Amino acid sequence: MKSLLQQRETVLALIIVAMGVAVSFWAPNFLAVKNFVDIATDTSFLTMMALAQMTVILTRGIDLSVASTLACSGMAAALIGKADLALPALLLVFIGIAVGGVLGMLNGLLVAALGIPPIVVTLGTMLVFRGLTFMIAQGKWVHDYEMSSSFLALPNVPILGVPMLVWIALIVIALFYVFLSYTRTGRMLYAVGGNPLAARYVGISVARQQFIVYAISGAVAGLCGVLWVSHFGTATPDGAVSFELQVVAACVIGGVSVAGGVGTVAGAVLGTLFLGVIENALSLINGSSHWQMAIAGLAIVTAVIINARSERTVGKLILPEARRAALKGSAR
Amino acid sequence: MSAPAQRYQVADRPPFNLTDLLLRWEVLLIALLVLVVAINGWATPNFLDFYNMTDATQVFSEKAILALAMALLIIAREIDLSVAAIIALASLAMGYCATQGFHAPVLICVGLGVGMLCGMLNGFLVTRLNAPSIALTIGTMSLYRGIARGVLKDQTYTQYPPDFQSFGQDYVTSSVPIYMSFLLFLVLAGVAALVLHAMPVGRKIMASGNNPVAARFSGVPVDRIRFLLFVASGLAAGLASVLLTARLGSTRPDIASGFELEAVTIVVLGGVSILGGSGTIGGVVLAAIVLGLVQFGLSLNNVTGIEISVMIGALLIGAIALPIIVRRLLGRSSTH
Repeated sequence: MKSLLQQRETVLALIIVAMGVAVSFWAPNFLAVKNFVDIATDTSFLTMMALAQMTVILTRGIDLSVASTLACSGMAAALIGKADLALPALLLVFIGIAVGGVLGMLNGLLVAALGIPPIVVTLGTMLVFRGLTFMIAQGKWVHDYEMSSSFLALPNVPILGVPMLVWIALIVIALFYVFLSYTRTGRMLYAVGGNPLAARYVGISVARQQFIVYAISGAVAGLCGVLWVSHFGTATPDGAVSFELQVVAACVIGGVSVAGGVGTVAGAVLGTLFLGVIENALSLINGSSHWQMAIAGLAIVTAVIINARSERTVGKLILPEARRAALKGSAR
Repeated sequence: MSAPAQRYQVADRPPFNLTDLLLRWEVLLIALLVLVVAINGWATPNFLDFYNMTDATQVFSEKAILALAMALLIIAREIDLSVAAIIALASLAMGYCATQGFHAPVLICVGLGVGMLCGMLNGFLVTRLNAPSIALTIGTMSLYRGIARGVLKDQTYTQYPPDFQSFGQDYVTSSVPIYMSFLLFLVLAGVAALVLHAMPVGRKIMASGNNPVAARFSGVPVDRIRFLLFVASGLAAGLASVLLTARLGSTRPDIASGFELEAVTIVVLGGVSILGGSGTIGGVVLAAIVLGLVQFGLSLNNVTGIEISVMIGALLIGAIALPIIVRRLLGRSSTH
């Protein structure tokens, strides 16, 4: 019980619940089921992107190009859909994932094969991919009347009263959970981030892991890009600008360490929920969200400080007798 | 009496080698600069006109000032992503004071003061609470700009006194067509070069970035240096805010958005290792001018902003990737 309370995820979940209770005094409609569905819908993109970003950060990397990848693959899918309205919506989704995946692999190649620092690579490709989006779109928007109705309906179809978008996000969460906890590659990511040199010595290819995470990051951004276009009904070249910083922020709040090797699926999901609840509460209470950014900033700073505190205690005594001895020593 | 025979000869510096000199990053940047100027001069007839060149400096000087402080921080293995947000917050404070009827000297002090305070907060949190700067300054970026956005809402401050606006819009003296921002950039570049390359503290900055633990054990006050560099970065952002606000004559919540990444781009293109511990101010100055002239030259030729940013992104990756690829192709002989 005590160890459960000491876990960051539990604390974060309790903070979110406490925030919800406090908000419900000002705005009783916060507790409506419909509002919970709204929060889930509004945070779906952030959740999927944060999970992908987490896998990158786990390997001591960062992917700043995700927002541009999202816009680019969304635009590509929208343009293809516009050219042939008869194309099935699902095909467009796969096209988006493929475009995002290819862009992500380009990042992965530059990082893994050439050994360029990830922040430099993805800063560069952030600009390039964004420009690419403008070029393929020729600066124009793709409007909802240029998209097929089945494509527009895709993320908004309700199943059990919950939009398809939320179900897709839930599936992505489950996939990431299985991937990071139960597959060899997933466990290797933690090893690579925790200690790249040691990982290399036990026979893990660091470059291969890096390539994989950037490809995943790109593919998820591609999926989000297509869903973004069909959810909002427009594809704009400047869509989701500076979304990457929100994504990184959600990870940091969720306890993902930028030093690599530390982070959980639950943490990242709670991090996005935290930001989602703040935004939702502010819009319910205030009718506007001018202060949302400042409050999010405060939350990020607090989370970073808490993370830094907990990371200061390096290592943990695993053997029970060693722990007992240490406790006895500190009691004296 | 003969001195004991020395078994090893340790030279003070490596022997002079022409190919090493030619392959220095700064020399490559100078070549790139010549190329950019030549192409621009060929594509735009009056590009080399002195007044045109001085207009070009106005566009990049504010970012270049940010890049100088950012370079020192990155060399010390830290980063400050909140600089653009500090510009917004300082601009907000100046805008408020301007509506209260204050004039240029007060406004400038307010801008610099806000910048310094923000930098101190960043530095305090990073050095005292051990927060990793890349995550922390994403947080303070959101905090500082969030405050600016929350206070300003959808308004704009535009009532700046003429003496303040002339600070960013007029030449230093009417006889010499140089803008204050460019002059300040040159002066600060000199100061930064002096600090980094000619003073003991410069070696300490390098040492802190190269191996913070070893530096600390050697008596380098790593945390104090980091703190001061964050303050310097805040001050640079405050100064950039003064110049930018005076030039635009207005404050909007989204002022200077994206400047932090442009400053990092300049620093990286200038040959500073993003991993810390190496880099020169000369390289950063050259990179700032190259990027500025590329942007200015392309915009004169009606290339859209977005195509320019593609080229800058490609330039950034290409400039880092090409030497690596060339080294691979030549084999490992040249890298020892």
